[in-house]
Amino acid sequence: MLEIKNLHAAIDGNEILKGINLTINKGEIHAIMGPNGSGKSTLAKVLAGHPQYEVTAGEVIYEGRNLLEMEPDQRAREGIFMAFQYPIEVPGVSNAQFLRLAYNEKRKHLGEEELDPLEFKDLLKERAKIVEMDASFMTRSVNEGFSGGEKKRNEILQMAVLEPKLSVLDETDSGLDIDALRVVANGVNQLHTPNDAIIVVTHYQRLLNYIVPDFVHVLAGGRIAREGGKELALELEEKGYDWIVKTPEPNGKGAVAPAK
Amino acid sequence: MVRGSAMERFEQLGFPSIRDEEWKYTNLAALAKENFIPATRNEDALDVSGFTYPETANAHLIVVNGFLREDLSVTTGLEGVVAIDLLSAAADARYNKLVRKYLARNAGYHNNGLTALNTAFLQSGVFIWIPKNVNLETPLQVTFVAGVENSAAFPRLLVVAEENSSATIIESFVSTNGGRYFTNAVAEVVVKDGAKLEHYRLQRENKQAFHVTTTSADLGRSSRYDTTSINLGAQLSRHDVSVVMDHEGAETSVDGLYMVGSDQHTDTHSVIDHKQPHCNSHQLYKGILDGNGRAVFNGKIYVREGAQKTDAMQTNKNLLLSNKARIDTKPQLEIFADDVKCAHGAAVGQIDPEELFYLTARGITPELGRNLLTYGFAEEVIAKIKVESIRNELDETVLRQLHTSL
Repeated sequence: MLEIKNLHAAIDGNEILKGINLTINKGEIHAIMGPNGSGKSTLAKVLAGHPQYEVTAGEVIYEGRNLLEMEPDQRAREGIFMAFQYPIEVPGVSNAQFLRLAYNEKRKHLGEEELDPLEFKDLLKERAKIVEMDASFMTRSVNEGFSGGEKKRNEILQMAVLEPKLSVLDETDSGLDIDALRVVANGVNQLHTPNDAIIVVTHYQRLLNYIVPDFVHVLAGGRIAREGGKELALELEEKGYDWIVKTPEPNGKGAVAPAK
Repeated sequence: MVRGSAMERFEQLGFPSIRDEEWKYTNLAALAKENFIPATRNEDALDVSGFTYPETANAHLIVVNGFLREDLSVTTGLEGVVAIDLLSAAADARYNKLVRKYLARNAGYHNNGLTALNTAFLQSGVFIWIPKNVNLETPLQVTFVAGVENSAAFPRLLVVAEENSSATIIESFVSTNGGRYFTNAVAEVVVKDGAKLEHYRLQRENKQAFHVTTTSADLGRSSRYDTTSINLGAQLSRHDVSVVMDHEGAETSVDGLYMVGSDQHTDTHSVIDHKQPHCNSHQLYKGILDGNGRAVFNGKIYVREGAQKTDAMQTNKNLLLSNKARIDTKPQLEIFADDVKCAHGAAVGQIDPEELFYLTARGITPELGRNLLTYGFAEEVIAKIKVESIRNELDETVLRQLHTSL
């Protein structure tokens, strides 16, 4: 589904990603871990097409096409979804309006008929159950006045509505209490099918107790320093990141090769 | 009568010029050069059905070229509120004392050439009187129709809300012609002790028009006056709004939205005057400027000596959609009391790239995303409007100007 080859990316002239190699297949869940500043969030944003990040080398192939040539909105319509670490507030635009527009843009793209507000309301009601969100959130402005946990839930609601093929969850666990974490993780697990793939970007192992990854990749200094199965996350929880930062594996090569 | 004296005053003052500090950014030279002819009363048939809101079906007055048209107005839903021709009121023994007391009081013409001009041409207008303790449930709409090209109209409104009354007044400025004309309007509002008045002002003149208005409100003890001004039309529009709080415990919100595009200029000058203690004022003005559109916002808040416990808040936010658009904004606070809570601020910005990225990351095209954010920007003002059809109409208008539908 996604193949990242020797990806280098910079922001304001500072190179953050220094040669990432990663292959993601349908049905898989990959965790990207690493200390602060290792490039985890940058990788997520580059995949979503954030305009501030410049890809300086390498390539990203998504379903056989050059992802880097696509605009952010096109990527989204093609099935890429990034749950934001810091979801943006959009005053004056209701959650329902926003979600319906996004949903219909995708429908149009797929040559399907758009849903009117009433039809969409029914769909939204169903999807909101997945993240246990109250109907009152639909008439409120997007993320405005939402708590940290509500914003993250709202991100997963968007994922539920848009049904992406590849979801990138950028530190979705940050700022969540344990109950909210469970709701969010539960939602993600309900949405995951053998036909989509999920990249979970996280600093802590905690979320991975709920969203169990098939593979764990540890970033350090803009490169993948270790790769392994879900047990690698537990090892990190115990030992911290220092031992990996101090003894990185060669560029993109893991100590433990992930099982294919 | 005041007319002769006002004419004399206008002859002395003339149109304001850009040498006048209050008119620094709004040049009336083009207007002064026009040969607009004062409009006269006519009884022509006119379809006004598109100008009124469902909420005001039984309570609307139609004023054409400044003259009240009783034949086109509907006043069956007024519930004891008086809404009649202003000059008739002046000649009516029941109301002449009120008219004499309040007409040309809040909006004095001695220092303002345009108000002097309006007063000099006072030939009709609307008098609204909300008697003591009367609560008018339905909004009352006054629609000012500019119907004749190359004419000048001088609409006049006097609203007196007696003690503990409440009402909603909608002033709407529209046109039935596509040519140039001049609207010079004055509205005076008196809100007595304990009264509550909501006042909407919707300016949708055609884009050739010149539109100059003064709104002057005077608030009684523990009264409340909430006003929202929407400025969308005219090639040149200027609104002077002033709210004077000379009695304790008055509260006001003075909000507005202006949205102009190429070859349009809109100017709001607002004065909120805290003269007595324990008064609150809250002001939110937002502007959207496209093309080479220009806007001016000048907001003064005075907190006079002794006006302790004043709570005053003023915000002016502007969204520029083009590099050629221009805004001159100047919020001003002048405080002569020491125990007050005051804040003011102005912001000028463009569409936030992070907000836009968020929308595009959900598959929304950048164009639709920009329009959605612009619409959301306007909503902060529109959403506060309590009359549903006005909100809906403004939503549609904003979206239409953005060539978007939701």
